[in-house]
Amino acid sequence: MRRLLYVLPILLFAVLAGYFFLGLKRDPSLLPSAMLDKPAPDFALPGIGEKPGLARADLAGRVTLVNFFASWCAPCRVEHPLLMRLAGEGRIALYGIDYKDKPEDAARLLVQLGDPYKRIGVDREGRTAIDFGVYGVPETYVLDKEGRIRFRQVGPISASDYDGKILPLLKQLGAS
Amino acid sequence: MRPSLAGMTTGWVARLLRRACGRFLFGAVALYLMLLSLPALAVMPAERLTDPALEARARTLSQELRCLVCQNQSIDDSNADLAHDLRVLVRERLSAGDSDAQVLAYLTSRYGDYVLLRPPVEPATYLLWFGPPALLLVGGLVIVAGWRRRAATNAAAATPPLSADERRRLAEMMDEGG
Repeated sequence: MRRLLYVLPILLFAVLAGYFFLGLKRDPSLLPSAMLDKPAPDFALPGIGEKPGLARADLAGRVTLVNFFASWCAPCRVEHPLLMRLAGEGRIALYGIDYKDKPEDAARLLVQLGDPYKRIGVDREGRTAIDFGVYGVPETYVLDKEGRIRFRQVGPISASDYDGKILPLLKQLGAS
Repeated sequence: MRPSLAGMTTGWVARLLRRACGRFLFGAVALYLMLLSLPALAVMPAERLTDPALEARARTLSQELRCLVCQNQSIDDSNADLAHDLRVLVRERLSAGDSDAQVLAYLTSRYGDYVLLRPPVEPATYLLWFGPPALLLVGGLVIVAGWRRRAATNAAAATPPLSADERRRLAEMMDEGG
């Protein structure tokens, strides 16, 4: 009994240290989305120039990718070629939300690099982004046919992110 | 900006006050100005609500909310764009008549518990909340137990007083020596 009392603090300390050590190894930028498996928030955003805007209703009925981007966002340019490729393949519907940006700047970017999006909504105030739980661009959400959020990519999508995480999910969700 | 301004003011006020009033008042005013210069506010004047009670609630809430861009600052401290947006949002919700709890729920439903700087007490965080106090308690118990045991062994090992016979023999030896 006495001996147990002496060992107990060491054991407790070990448990606590292990708990905190595991916490240290977790990447704080990879936060789980609180919106996972919840329906996407309601929104209706104006478009850029002639192009129609984007609303929640546009996302229903098929598997979609919603990509938050901005003309002022450098990492967005990193994933842009991949988005262009996806748009070219035409397997999924790719939608863009232009985050806290001037529509004319975004339009210029899309002329320069190409426009991979079926529709774009301009979220000048960043409110729709807050409703999605976005905390920085780029972020990409995979929505299922019922319009529920099934996956969130924080930061640019790399080829391995796409092949390893997003593509299997798209197949599972039955994207055609 | 503000600290240096306050510092200059302190110097100017200092000369005036030293002559006019006693040292105590000078010290009090210096301390007041020093404290005044401390918070470098991220909250812009345009963000503030006109109703002081609502604004006070907004400030308290903002200090509880994590800025998700610069993760270890509250949105009240942070100059990040998103922090600004969230501060405005908190004030909008409060103006719309939300309770403090409703505002927090609004944000946790989007950003999860992570947005709260003070994690909620729930089974997943019991270890975090109760681990350190438990460790302190058990460690303290071990130390007390150790003290008691040592006191007990010391008492047991203490030399018993001399018996009458021993005292007599000691006295004899001392006499022989003397």
